[in-house]
Amino acid sequence: MKKGKLFFAVLYVLWLALFVVVPIALLLFQSLTSESGQLTLNNFVSYFSSGTYLRMTFNSIFYAFLITLITLVISYPTAYLLSQLKNRQFWLLLVILPTWINLLLKTYAFIGLLSRDGTANSFIGLFGISPQQLLFTDSSFVLVSSYIEIPFMILPIFNALNEIDRDLVQASRDLGANSWQTLWRLIIPLSMPGVKSGVQSVFIPSLSLFMITRLIGGNRVITLGTAIEELFLTTQNWHMGSTIGVILIIAMVATMVITRERKKSVLRRGGK
Amino acid sequence: MTEETVQPLIEFKNVSLDYGETKVLKKVDLEIEEGKFYTLLGPSGSGKSTILSLISGRLQPTGGDILIEGKNVNSLPSNQRKVNTVFQNYALFPNMNVYDNVAFGPSIKGFSKKKIDQLVKSMLKLVKLDDFSDREISEISGGQQQRVAIARALANQPKVLLLDEPLSALDYKLRKEMQSELRELQQRLGITFIFVTHDQEEALAMSDWIFVINDGKVEQSGSPVDIYDEPINHFVANFIGEANIVPGVMKEDYLVSFAGKDFKNVDAGMRTNERVEVVIRPEDLDIVVPSRGKLQVTIEDQSFRGDSYEITAIDDAGNEWAVQATNPAKIGQRRGLKFDPEDIHIMRLNESEEDFDARLESYEGED
Repeated sequence: MKKGKLFFAVLYVLWLALFVVVPIALLLFQSLTSESGQLTLNNFVSYFSSGTYLRMTFNSIFYAFLITLITLVISYPTAYLLSQLKNRQFWLLLVILPTWINLLLKTYAFIGLLSRDGTANSFIGLFGISPQQLLFTDSSFVLVSSYIEIPFMILPIFNALNEIDRDLVQASRDLGANSWQTLWRLIIPLSMPGVKSGVQSVFIPSLSLFMITRLIGGNRVITLGTAIEELFLTTQNWHMGSTIGVILIIAMVATMVITRERKKSVLRRGGK
Repeated sequence: MTEETVQPLIEFKNVSLDYGETKVLKKVDLEIEEGKFYTLLGPSGSGKSTILSLISGRLQPTGGDILIEGKNVNSLPSNQRKVNTVFQNYALFPNMNVYDNVAFGPSIKGFSKKKIDQLVKSMLKLVKLDDFSDREISEISGGQQQRVAIARALANQPKVLLLDEPLSALDYKLRKEMQSELRELQQRLGITFIFVTHDQEEALAMSDWIFVINDGKVEQSGSPVDIYDEPINHFVANFIGEANIVPGVMKEDYLVSFAGKDFKNVDAGMRTNERVEVVIRPEDLDIVVPSRGKLQVTIEDQSFRGDSYEITAIDDAGNEWAVQATNPAKIGQRRGLKFDPEDIHIMRLNESEEDFDARLESYEGED
């Protein structure tokens, strides 16, 4: 029995080794060596002493935070509404649907929408407003990124809300709480695990966005993602690129740790 | 009859509830007075929990009126009613510890911290959980969760406590303990308890007054003794305790014929030669030598019940009789069944509760 289980694990372990462990090891190695192949911490020193890199880091975190905040503000009420609907599975499908479409396609669609002679400008033109620069601004970058990330925020929150026992809500009402009190004291605290995993799955990828940054933000927005891309593909400085990669990984792990499930969780009860 | 003038605490007038085509409740009338222990007893799907949901405001009736203290509350939301519920699965808030669960109601009401604290502590003491206030809900046993649910509901100082099959998840021994504790609690607090159960033994043991619910209607209501001794129809007789129910004919007042013989009894008020059902409880039957028995039977089967034997016997007319006996019998043996006139209870077919009560009054008045 145990051997059989091991057999099934082999493929995945191989996969994990080849595409996760080895690349991370290589990344770490590159970040700790100089162009001449010597072990050094110089890359990290130059990272932390460079105003440009630190600004990029700040930018990345700031935009990821902004994107996460915007998606959360939009997604929570949406998920709550969805969880109250009769045909919630159908409406949820509509929310998930865009995630099936290739990211690049969606981004290009936004270029069409936001460009100087795009749909958005033609629309405001109807009201006599002259065309605005929409594309290649930081707001358009935040808008498109949020749009792309919203389903990943809605889904875990919806699941958490959906799992809340209806009897709990009835008990809260029974004990004298109105809808708002029930929402604040019961529903929001009970859906926190969903909010946390939503924040994780939006904030972490948003840290390393570069494609949307390039196509929508132009060179108005420079983040760690775009920096890595440039260091690897343009400047060919793999050592510095790897250094930033390692720092991004550390930032992601830190996010995971901060937003992880506390021991005293609702989910543990379900696992009893 | 002075009770009639007292305003009932809760009153159902012709209350119906339909889900589309399905009629869950069919014109239910009932009255709940202050300070008594009521039980809604019925099989699952009978509508007993629905009645509770209507009282608490979780459901609205599709017909009729629900009054609390004389005021129509048909559409009053549950958070504005002076009733609180102990839910079947307890519905304790998993994001709060024991203390915060009990403090939920009082804190919603905006009581001061000090008052909340006093209230919560006294409630936890009431349910004997003084030392558990810091525990998480997931850390306490089912029986303790049950007590927290009761304390949480009582912390709101309700006029009526609704209990929706709260003991069904507990094991036999704990259930027995909680039965007497709940009864004691109700008497100490002096508020009305409305208890829902499908367990007739539980209902008989705990209640001042029982409503037997079946198929969305109140079949019969009365004290446990009334309902046990004088069930109104086949369903009630069968549902409450064990009963031998055989067809018979009422020859005249106080004389009934069944199993091919005539017997003196204590019921009256039927038409001459009316077809009726005869009820005799297994514990009212004695097995004796054939010559001393009122009915001659053959022992068919027996099983040991710990404190007694349950014996099945068949009379010459083919009726089956369940007998609760202290001594064993031999299968296949000819024996007699002995019973007194008072042990025979007669039920008319399709008699309503009003007619039943009126008939009882008419001939009991003659004596």
